[in-house]
Amino acid sequence: MEKLIRFNLNGKDREITIDPTLSLLWVLRDQFALSGTKYGCGIGVCGACTILLDNQAIRSCTYQVSDVMDRKVVTIEGLASNGELHPVQKAFMEKDALQCGYCTPGMIMNATSLLLSNPEPSRQEVIDAMQDNLCRCGAHIRIIEAIQSAGQEMKKVNQP
Amino acid sequence: MKKSSLNPELATTKSRLNLKRRDFFTLLGGGVAVYLSSRNPSELLALPLVQRREVPEDFNAFLTIHEDGTVICHVGKIEMGQGPITSLPQQVADELDVRIESIKMLMGDTALCSYDAGTWGSLTTREYSHYLRAACAEARAVLVQLAARHLDIKPVNTKVEDGMVYDATNPEKKISYGWLTKGNRIEESLEEKPKVKDHTEFHYVGQSFLHADARLKVTGEAEYTADIPIEGRVYAKVLRPPSHHVELLSVDYSEAEKMDGVEVVRDGDLIAVLHELPDVAEKALATIKAEYTVDDKEVDDESIFEHLLNAEGETREREKEGELGEGEELADMIVESEFHDGYKAHAPIETHTAMAKWEGEKVTVWASAQSPFGAQDQIAQELGMPLEDVRVISPFVGGGFGGKIYHPQALEAVKIARLAKKPVLLVYTREEEFFMDFFRSAAAIRIRSGITEEGLITMWDYRHYFFEARGSDTIYKVPHKLTTGYSAKRGSPVQPLSTGAWRAPGANSNTFARESHMDIMAAKLGVDPVEFRLRNLSDVKMIAVLEAMVDKFGYTPAKGPSGRGIGMACGTDAGTWVAVMVEVKVDTETGNVQPIRAVVSQDMGMCVNPQGSIIQAEGCVTMGMGYALAEDIEFKGGDVITANFDTYQLPLFSWIPETIDTVILDRQDQAPQGGGEPAIICMGGALANAIYDACGSRVYRMPMTPERVLAGMPMAD
Repeated sequence: MEKLIRFNLNGKDREITIDPTLSLLWVLRDQFALSGTKYGCGIGVCGACTILLDNQAIRSCTYQVSDVMDRKVVTIEGLASNGELHPVQKAFMEKDALQCGYCTPGMIMNATSLLLSNPEPSRQEVIDAMQDNLCRCGAHIRIIEAIQSAGQEMKKVNQP
Repeated sequence: MKKSSLNPELATTKSRLNLKRRDFFTLLGGGVAVYLSSRNPSELLALPLVQRREVPEDFNAFLTIHEDGTVICHVGKIEMGQGPITSLPQQVADELDVRIESIKMLMGDTALCSYDAGTWGSLTTREYSHYLRAACAEARAVLVQLAARHLDIKPVNTKVEDGMVYDATNPEKKISYGWLTKGNRIEESLEEKPKVKDHTEFHYVGQSFLHADARLKVTGEAEYTADIPIEGRVYAKVLRPPSHHVELLSVDYSEAEKMDGVEVVRDGDLIAVLHELPDVAEKALATIKAEYTVDDKEVDDESIFEHLLNAEGETREREKEGELGEGEELADMIVESEFHDGYKAHAPIETHTAMAKWEGEKVTVWASAQSPFGAQDQIAQELGMPLEDVRVISPFVGGGFGGKIYHPQALEAVKIARLAKKPVLLVYTREEEFFMDFFRSAAAIRIRSGITEEGLITMWDYRHYFFEARGSDTIYKVPHKLTTGYSAKRGSPVQPLSTGAWRAPGANSNTFARESHMDIMAAKLGVDPVEFRLRNLSDVKMIAVLEAMVDKFGYTPAKGPSGRGIGMACGTDAGTWVAVMVEVKVDTETGNVQPIRAVVSQDMGMCVNPQGSIIQAEGCVTMGMGYALAEDIEFKGGDVITANFDTYQLPLFSWIPETIDTVILDRQDQAPQGGGEPAIICMGGALANAIYDACGSRVYRMPMTPERVLAGMPMAD
């Protein structure tokens, strides 16, 4: 049975009439053409499909599209504003914290969620928060560095 | 000198670059501009469609220069994170004398790029670069000649800067590459090929560049195969057997066919369900009832090593020097050990993916493939099609590690799309990815060696059973040695699962065995393991790499186990000499191993992009921790039981050493060697030796799980 789902996606109010049990990941990719959110495992253990739901990092492959009703979704495409990259995106570039780039959107979304709740995470706090995001190329050491550096940058920006 | 037909006014081919060009390019902050071939950029180039299956001699096959000075570099290599999209333009810019910002990379498209067999074996820099640089050097020389003719001066009286040819005596007189070529083929060529530049003439090569594709990747704009927007495409889900060793007896897909909008197609044993929504296709697949023969093979992940050691096969002797018996007589001590290593998956985070779109008799396939030309060959051959009717495009690839040398998904998507008469997207599920993988071979190794009291190796009898020989060289100076490889007889495979390339295949297991055995001998002698290696090395490059590693680490000698948790391994791979030293903490209650720091030292000849090479080394250290400490495929017969990342343990953030330092020896005057694979070969041995050094537990089997570390503890009952 199809259902009307209304939600805020990357800052815009959107709606779609669709089977509410469909996987959020594939609906974002196919119905909203947001292909930056990646399929990796389908069971929520790799983190490639991480997005923000009300500013919390979630694994979109384990959510149904109905779970976003009246809520706020941000994907990797919604992170930059007016062409200006988000500090986490900039830090990943500056620290060369990626290789094949396939896990990168999920890493960045998870890191963004962390920095929203803890702007100055210690190395250990970064590790704990990122623990369940998998990267096969081995960019981890630079990702840790990038997240800490982004936190510093965000703090500077937020200070009056 | 061939006759010139490149007179700008008389050029026969019209430039096909139009104003839309801006839409195609994405300029990046990092310097290099990137363009991957996921959309249709054919109007940018003028290339013949069918190419011979060898790297072309015509330099036009590699590059096209447009009037605005943009250089399109079109090469059959693919980008999967290892960095050619950054390092190739560095070399092109230097050989051509153009600004690196003017170069756009067009990669992995069989219709538009110069032929390349595949992106593997750390060959992009050490082999392919030679062709590319030679092509650029020739293009430069021809352009200088043409410019000199137009300027009415001798070529020796020109100088070139940023794609502009000047009269050296009067810089007001100048002519640009772009004006000369206007995006056309350069019809002139040289009989006597010019030399490529000497390292002292490089401007970009040897400098560090950030990933040129980083902006695309941090914004989610980088297109991988599944991201290519194709109108009307449907998802395909393929029926898989429960085991590799069974045959389909009967199948009933009538329930699936009854589902709204679901289509089932069948080509022999290839049975696929199609729907525009992947969830529905998945549900439809689950309704299919299929019966198979029974897999009666008993070998599993525990019995595999006995299976390998006892299997019948062919033997091949290598590195035979002296007589083992004589070496044994010279020895004061004989040391024997046996090492095991289980199957490893490639496990790229992007699963094998393909999209196939037929137009009449022609098919275009986007595929996550390390070898687009190989996929083209395979598809054309299987379907009896002419090569020019099959176009394969490898967009950004989400990790390969050797696993995407095999691309069954491309052929499957092509067959399914032909039957369905619509574009088909096939994204392997993670479960399929594990099932369909060509694993890194399970390995068994036996070593018998003789040493003198002075710490010299007199005899080395090395046997490797039914896996790749790569990395089985002794590397140490031994007067009496023999390396024996056992391999399967044609038609009777010994490995129960499909195996193949995996980031330095064979070398990981062989280096683990050899370097563990080295430390075992050093411990028996009571000699520091680094000192023991130096006593037995004559290879000056290896010695220099070891010394640089020791220096960077700040290592002080001690006999093992010292309790410090420091271990090393060294070897050669892909033309590179490499050594790795790691420090770990071992929890003697749980057996858990925590890496603390790592130092990589390598002599890789000329280094194009030091930053890129360092990142590859860091990747090797990190990925190597996975195979050494945790990764293992559980299986029985042809049934691959490991199905997802909940049971196949990749390295986690908490495992990452606090520092990974990489020393690249300055060898800019020498030929470039490989960088993507070498350091990973050392990780098994270095970690095994560090574990022993920390707690005295010698682990002979990878992965070195906490249980195996505990079982090896000296006090364990």
